Amino acid sequence: MKESIFEVELNEKIAPRTYRIKLKGDTSAIEGSGQFVQVSLPGFFLRRPISIHEYDGQTLTLIYRVVGEGTRMMCSLQCGDTLSIITGLGKCFDIDACRKDALLIGGGVGAAPLYELCKELCAQGKNVTVILGFNRKDEIMLAEDFSDLGAKVIITTVDGSEGTKGFVTDALSLHNINYDYFYTCGPRVMMKAVCERIHTGGEVSMEERMGCGFGICYGCTCNTTKGPQRVCKDGPVFKKEEVIW
Amino acid sequence: MVNENLSVDLCGVKLSNPMIPASGTFGFGIEMADEFDLNVLGGISLKGTTREPRFGNPTPRIAECRSGMINSVGLQNPGIDVLVNEKLPALRRVYGGAIIANISGFSIEEYEECCAKAAQAPETDIIEVNVSCPNVHNGGMAFGTSASSAASVTSAVKKVCGEKPVFIKLSPNVTDIVSIAKACEDAGADGITLINTLLGMRIDIQRRTPVIANKMGGFSGQAVFPIAVRMVYQVSHACRIPIMGCGGVASAEDVIEMMMAGASAVQVGAENLRNPYASKEIVENLPLKMKDLGIKDINEIIGVIE
Repeated sequence: MKESIFEVELNEKIAPRTYRIKLKGDTSAIEGSGQFVQVSLPGFFLRRPISIHEYDGQTLTLIYRVVGEGTRMMCSLQCGDTLSIITGLGKCFDIDACRKDALLIGGGVGAAPLYELCKELCAQGKNVTVILGFNRKDEIMLAEDFSDLGAKVIITTVDGSEGTKGFVTDALSLHNINYDYFYTCGPRVMMKAVCERIHTGGEVSMEERMGCGFGICYGCTCNTTKGPQRVCKDGPVFKKEEVIW
Repeated sequence: MVNENLSVDLCGVKLSNPMIPASGTFGFGIEMADEFDLNVLGGISLKGTTREPRFGNPTPRIAECRSGMINSVGLQNPGIDVLVNEKLPALRRVYGGAIIANISGFSIEEYEECCAKAAQAPETDIIEVNVSCPNVHNGGMAFGTSASSAASVTSAVKKVCGEKPVFIKLSPNVTDIVSIAKACEDAGADGITLINTLLGMRIDIQRRTPVIANKMGGFSGQAVFPIAVRMVYQVSHACRIPIMGCGGVASAEDVIEMMMAGASAVQVGAENLRNPYASKEIVENLPLKMKDLGIKDINEIIGVIE
């Protein structure tokens, strides 16, 4: 874990209430996809935990949805503004758990952390299929980004305005997808349905309101087969079989 | 050259400085050992521990507030036996300062049993008895909101703690903090910690639901600092026993202010959650701030406000 100052390079709207923010700073504490950062926002007491969408040696990109006062303030940040960010938080996805063919399932803004994961899997020469679920066509994001990495992308919308009509689990039934391991991030009900539907091993990225984000306040505990676990420190990535829904 | 004296004494336990991370905001200490050398801290107050392991309250347990936060963790802990057999020895391996075991309970018997076990552990320097947790029913705060029940817990645990100093951690959610503190002193308490969190609540106006699953929780952070200073001041003038001041402390200036109000040592709580290095930074800044103010020995300012 490392606390340092990042400078905003880009802060753009990519879908309704959804923004992409690119930040320049020290990313050396980041270990891989699945981790998150804690962003300090001027005027707010607690930091905001946001999963890593993409990173390299000098930059960190996050995708966030405006859900409250903090994220509303965040979308007003301008290029050149600086923020204190704690990096290197949480456990990574286990990319070695997938042998050859990976299935990534994202719901809404939950697609964001799967992008860095997709990059890592593709770099290992693995085949990746991505199912992205949204409510409506105008909410669709990152589809081309995943395609550009070489992944096969399947879109679902609840209202049928684009791609397969229905939920991500409907796409599982309709398409003949080859995979030996899955990774999912999105609404809890979606991840639960995915875990019940898929019989291969897999991993889920859990979300919870956090206090500290680095494991000392026990604010974000979830119950698992291994007992109470902190989403921030013992997760946010958990094995499918560990989660007690 | 820095030659200010920062060391303080709590009932015979010598602390290299008055800075102590507060219970519930620093885990069992060991979690932070990779981040900085814990030995810069005068003491560490560990997460509140009960007889049985507890999962705690449902989530969400955390709510943002203006200049503070609400928590409703609900005493999640692995139980007294794990504290004594695993957590205390693990912390002692990397930390030479004062270890403060924080004990909570749902009955006088539970307080007695847990305090006895904590006191018998060679690693424990001070027992802090939490009679002020606002997040569990039929326990914690229930014992701390009346003078007679706070005194009953105090006299019961004093009998089982041997020579180890017993501090009673009090709730601010009371009408008369002084009478409760005095009752604890009369019942044999060696010191008082105050304040625990203030009972608070936030509502999500979009969803029309409380933000916290348990509806209410403990409010802490910089916003509560003036209340904590006031209560430390009141109690220090009514009691002779030392006080660990706690509540909204976020800087070396706050530590000095809290000690001027009457605290012999100072705990930092919520600030640790937004800045993992807060306690360390305050310790580093303290001698510089003392120099600015012409304070040679931190002890000379304890309770200087009449």
